[in-house]
Amino acid sequence: MRSVRSLAGGFAAIFASIVVFVIPFAYIILTALKDRRQAATRDFSLPNGFHLWDNLVQVVTTRNWMLVTAFINSTLITVASVTLIVVFAAMVGFVLARRKTRWNGLIEFLILAGLMIPPAVVPTIWLLQGLKLFGTLHGMVLIEIAYNLPFSILLYRAFIATIPRELDEAAIIDGARPLDVFFRVILPLLWPVTVTNIVVQSVGIFNDFTNPLYYLPGAGNATVQLTLYNFQSQFNTAYNLLFTNILLITIPPLVVFLFFNRQIVAGMTAGAVKG
Amino acid sequence: MAALTESAPVDRAMPAARGRRSPYPAWFFLPAAVIYGVLFLAPTFASFYFSLTRWTLSNSVFIGLDNFVQFFREPFLVQGLVNTVIYAVLTSGLKVVIGMALAVLLTSNIIARGYLRSVVFFPVLVSTVGVGITFTVLMHPTQGMINEGLALLGIKGPGWLTDPKLALISVALVDVWKGVGLATVIYIAGLVAIPKDYYEAARIDGATKWQNFWYVTLPLSRPATATVITLSFIGGLRTFDLIWAMTKGGPGFASDTVASVIYKQYQAGFYGLSTAGNVVLFILIGLLVVPLTMILNRKQGHE
Repeated sequence: MRSVRSLAGGFAAIFASIVVFVIPFAYIILTALKDRRQAATRDFSLPNGFHLWDNLVQVVTTRNWMLVTAFINSTLITVASVTLIVVFAAMVGFVLARRKTRWNGLIEFLILAGLMIPPAVVPTIWLLQGLKLFGTLHGMVLIEIAYNLPFSILLYRAFIATIPRELDEAAIIDGARPLDVFFRVILPLLWPVTVTNIVVQSVGIFNDFTNPLYYLPGAGNATVQLTLYNFQSQFNTAYNLLFTNILLITIPPLVVFLFFNRQIVAGMTAGAVKG
Repeated sequence: MAALTESAPVDRAMPAARGRRSPYPAWFFLPAAVIYGVLFLAPTFASFYFSLTRWTLSNSVFIGLDNFVQFFREPFLVQGLVNTVIYAVLTSGLKVVIGMALAVLLTSNIIARGYLRSVVFFPVLVSTVGVGITFTVLMHPTQGMINEGLALLGIKGPGWLTDPKLALISVALVDVWKGVGLATVIYIAGLVAIPKDYYEAARIDGATKWQNFWYVTLPLSRPATATVITLSFIGGLRTFDLIWAMTKGGPGFASDTVASVIYKQYQAGFYGLSTAGNVVLFILIGLLVVPLTMILNRKQGHE
């Protein structure tokens, strides 16, 4: 079937992909395996020994086990905010898709505004301080919810529109109370899009750098992305440790990628077909 | 609540007459609305006022448009504005072209298609700061791997991040490296949705591969193009973390964007000026993105 020419094209593509995409990741891994002196040369070369364990211990224990604190903080923020985003967004998406009122236009406008408008940073900090939420994990959770709700609502609304309304009616005729219709009939049906939401939002919030930088200052509050940032200035030349840290924080997205690749792509490409 | 009674005809299927409450209760909006309203909308509205003040967080003095005057008078702040637009145009343009090319390649009958799709998409999920730091090391003018690799080919690599003329473009290229996978999967989703009949018809008409692409693939993947452009253009205008991880706006102010200016002014304690930067970015996005999406969506309607 395949001609020689298309086979050659395939090999060219594989070669190009290795140069452009694989080598940078290989570089991260190789540097994380080196000792400090060899890493300082910043070459793309095989390590002269296996130093990953030493590097790991150093990276993890540095600054009073800051990386462990950061992993705990990031996990707490991610789990709490994603859980609430999923519930709140599904509720909004459900009513928005089912009930047509003159408010729908305004709500849809606000959703699009939330996707486009850059958050007003300093006023938000001022407000968080007033609410005694500045620099706290739950304040950070609320911020992540506020910033990421619009995207999830769009995903849910589009999906709910494909669930026939007759289902709600049948449930009501069978005696379901209003809340049961949502929580026991609709919500379970939303599982595919819920998985997509969980995966896409988790990766985004776990990788978030800017918002914790602004709203969650303080070493005890470090999140995973910020350890990298603190690290860079602290070990200006300890490239082995820097890249060990990069390698460590790349593992969670890698795991997600291996298990949920399909859902991620589904979530991120929603709207590509119908605009 | 007046709206709810008015909407009754639409809800006619619901047996409201029997005194049941609607299965689509309006209070379902409430949790989302409170969080979004308090933590996103309120600060956005507050920013319009505080951008007109000299502000220390505890008290503010109204100074009219002084912050904006300063913003447009300082050459480095103006450069930040120009850089932001260059960055957004460059990244979204490259993502459209490269993403489309990769999608055509990766929907064709190529070997190792699964591997290629994965490897192109994976950087999307990796920490932006991690990518930024990695490429900062790779782009070092003398010890970086990129220039060492170019030296092997006999090319003297430039100072990617140290040359003021090049720094912004280098960061934009890394942005494309990290983000093109998203554009590619969006295009792939668009391409596979094109009915095969069109290609069949084109084949019967004797269309060449190039005509296939130009007259079938390209126009019919317009929704994907609209999504890619809108997403990456907004992302480009708002970009902060990659710039901060790679150049911190340097050398000098050569790669500053509005978002990095906002952060720098915030760090320096110029809260009013920082907020004015926010308003400028808000207006910039409004002025550029709203017409852009309107154009993209209108053309879609002709088909």
